[in-house]
Amino acid sequence: MGYKTIIEDDIDVLVVGAGLGGTGAAFEARYWGKNKKIVIAEKANIDRSGAVAQGLYAINCYMGTRFGENNPEDHVRYARMDLMGMVREDLAFDMARHVDSAVHQFEEWGLPIMKDPKKGNYLREGRWQIMIHGESYKPIVAEAAKKSADKVFNRICVTHLLMDDSKDNRIAGAVGFNVRTGNYHVFKSKTVICGAGGASNIFKPRSVGEGAGRVWYAPWSSGSAYGLMIEAGAKMTQMENRIVLARFKDGYGPVGAYFLHLKTYTQNGIGEEYESKWFPALTEMVGKEYLDTEGQHLSHKPIPTCLRNHAFINEVNAGRGPIHMVTMEAFQDPHLEEIGWHNFLGMTVGQAVLWAATDVDPKYENPELTTSEPYVMGSHATGCGAWCSGPEDVSPDEYFWGYNRMTTVAGLFGAGDAVGGTPHAFSSGSFTEGRLAAKAACKYIDDGKAEGINVSEKQIADLKKKIYKPMETYTVYRNEIVAGSVNPNYINPRQGLDRLQKMMDEYCGGFGVNYMTNEKLLQIGLKKMKVFGEDLESIAAEDIHELLRAWELKHRYLTSESVFQHTLFRKETRWPGYYYRGDAMKLDDENWHVLTVSQRDRNTGEYTMEKAPLYHLVDDE
Amino acid sequence: MPTFVYMTRCDGCGQCVDICPSDIMHIDKTLRRAYNIEPNMCWECYSCVKACPHHAIDVRGYADFAPLGHSVRVHRDEEKGTIAWRIKFRNGKKDMELLAPITTKPWGTGQPHLANEAGPSNEMVDSELLYKEPKYVAMNDSGLPTLKSNGLSLKEGVYY
Repeated sequence: MGYKTIIEDDIDVLVVGAGLGGTGAAFEARYWGKNKKIVIAEKANIDRSGAVAQGLYAINCYMGTRFGENNPEDHVRYARMDLMGMVREDLAFDMARHVDSAVHQFEEWGLPIMKDPKKGNYLREGRWQIMIHGESYKPIVAEAAKKSADKVFNRICVTHLLMDDSKDNRIAGAVGFNVRTGNYHVFKSKTVICGAGGASNIFKPRSVGEGAGRVWYAPWSSGSAYGLMIEAGAKMTQMENRIVLARFKDGYGPVGAYFLHLKTYTQNGIGEEYESKWFPALTEMVGKEYLDTEGQHLSHKPIPTCLRNHAFINEVNAGRGPIHMVTMEAFQDPHLEEIGWHNFLGMTVGQAVLWAATDVDPKYENPELTTSEPYVMGSHATGCGAWCSGPEDVSPDEYFWGYNRMTTVAGLFGAGDAVGGTPHAFSSGSFTEGRLAAKAACKYIDDGKAEGINVSEKQIADLKKKIYKPMETYTVYRNEIVAGSVNPNYINPRQGLDRLQKMMDEYCGGFGVNYMTNEKLLQIGLKKMKVFGEDLESIAAEDIHELLRAWELKHRYLTSESVFQHTLFRKETRWPGYYYRGDAMKLDDENWHVLTVSQRDRNTGEYTMEKAPLYHLVDDE
Repeated sequence: MPTFVYMTRCDGCGQCVDICPSDIMHIDKTLRRAYNIEPNMCWECYSCVKACPHHAIDVRGYADFAPLGHSVRVHRDEEKGTIAWRIKFRNGKKDMELLAPITTKPWGTGQPHLANEAGPSNEMVDSELLYKEPKYVAMNDSGLPTLKSNGLSLKEGVYY
């Protein structure tokens, strides 16, 4: 292949993937590393990349300590309750104590944050959410990152992390290819901050054909955060903790503003409130500590998102669907009606398109809701990601190894979806994690931890060969057939993605099996995954664009394998409504009040699983 | 097919190609105009629609669930700092115009050049503070919360 090799050398901080986490990292790194070389490698264009590309109508994580609203520990307790206890509370506390300082800067940069005209504080959508006119949230934040970075490489699909050849388990940069020119890019760097995204499209989606792009999390979220770090041998945590979303049907328009601000509510197909009738049985499954409907109003504990899903799913299975969002009351108020539409236009235009196409006017008709296919990510109401060190002044020994947000690979840091155990970070919290990682990365370099890194020519050459192999496979075998996409020697990325989604759906608890799995199913699934992994060696790419899809698929595959392993390991049903282990239908605090931690051997591909202790924030007596 | 491009309006400038987060807006080599090469990887995020200087790109809802005959059009103006939307229903009964701000500052001027700012003190380097902290934590002198300041401990075990 005639693609050039372009080497960018002497980088101090390489940001891989510049969504909200990566932009936070690039921005902040300049402050702590005045003379350091800061480089961004981004698959798309950082003005519109990542999960916030389309915009947001709310910032879902803001404490409001300046207005006397919340303290960081309040947010940690909320996240703990919502995730059925499974949170890295050191990381969550650390994120929450810094997050407001990011939001206050966003406002200075020009992000329009709505104000409460009476109180003067930011307009609250809910306890943690503030409302914004965020159509340009991403370009505004990207501008700050661009001003800090020495170089921004847009349209680079990073496929692998580089490892130091002189010292085991130390990062040395990353490699990838330019999706326009096809050129091979090598980034030699002392540290890498992985800000790549979580995974959409690994479970079979409800939409078919063209609508497969209408996923809840962006279709370009290819699980690269996990694919890159897993392959580098970083330990991962909570990868079983996939999330299922209750959203407006087909368009997956967000419901947060509707519930919290517009005060809409749900009912079943015959107009009844349905949630509460499922709660007594649910309390049996998870224990009164996690769902106590009688005591709930006294404790002010929220009902966990997964348990509300559980009620939704069971009501539909009982034949009383569809579940409707009751909008007809709120939408009589023209101001609220306008907010309802703005909410979509600011973050999920496709839902407005769908309602316009189907003549659904929520003023006169209550729209349908659905539960989505599962997603694997780490910044919404779920916490998949890498096992990272916390901050020195907060973390217990088991959670601390020198540098905040550093993974178990020396010099490799995470932000946003990449960091495990930190749900409810959302956009602002992901940006904050990027900032924390950047400061720590600079310190790591200044402490001399990145001295003497060596990347052999062989490693660079081997990876180049590996990256372009799908194109070579295509060239070699294409002309064995007359035309079309059916070839006995290879599969194309779309065919591979379909196969992955079917396996995940049927064996790992997708919507097609009502989110149900068990040990036997998981083991069959893993067996099929192994064979699929072999076939991925025979994936073919007709052009550079397909090569991008091929590598996205490989990252999705590594993510999925990890999800299988973790789901198999945690022998309990921790989050009914996200997924069920049919062979262990109860929450089991005696054995499983722990975080799950995995490591894939970077040479053999073998998995080892372990339990890590859970620490909780408690008030001093 | 999520996004599509009107033949007579597109001049092949490539703004959409440059901005698309999913890498699906490409230039057709024969017609020298842009088109969506992979509709089932389109999020209907409207990044390309907003970026097109000729309003040559539009969206037709996903064929598997959206009937024909609707329209959601947009005009984004960085100079004015606004975004204007028009939504038309299939049955023609609803035709809405909505306007929202996208920024409060002249475009691109609010963000600092950190290279030009005074660097951190050694004390700050050794602290848990980030840029603009502790002041920006609560816009006052209360400082950065710690376990100690907030009367907290991290304890192993089962707590709810």
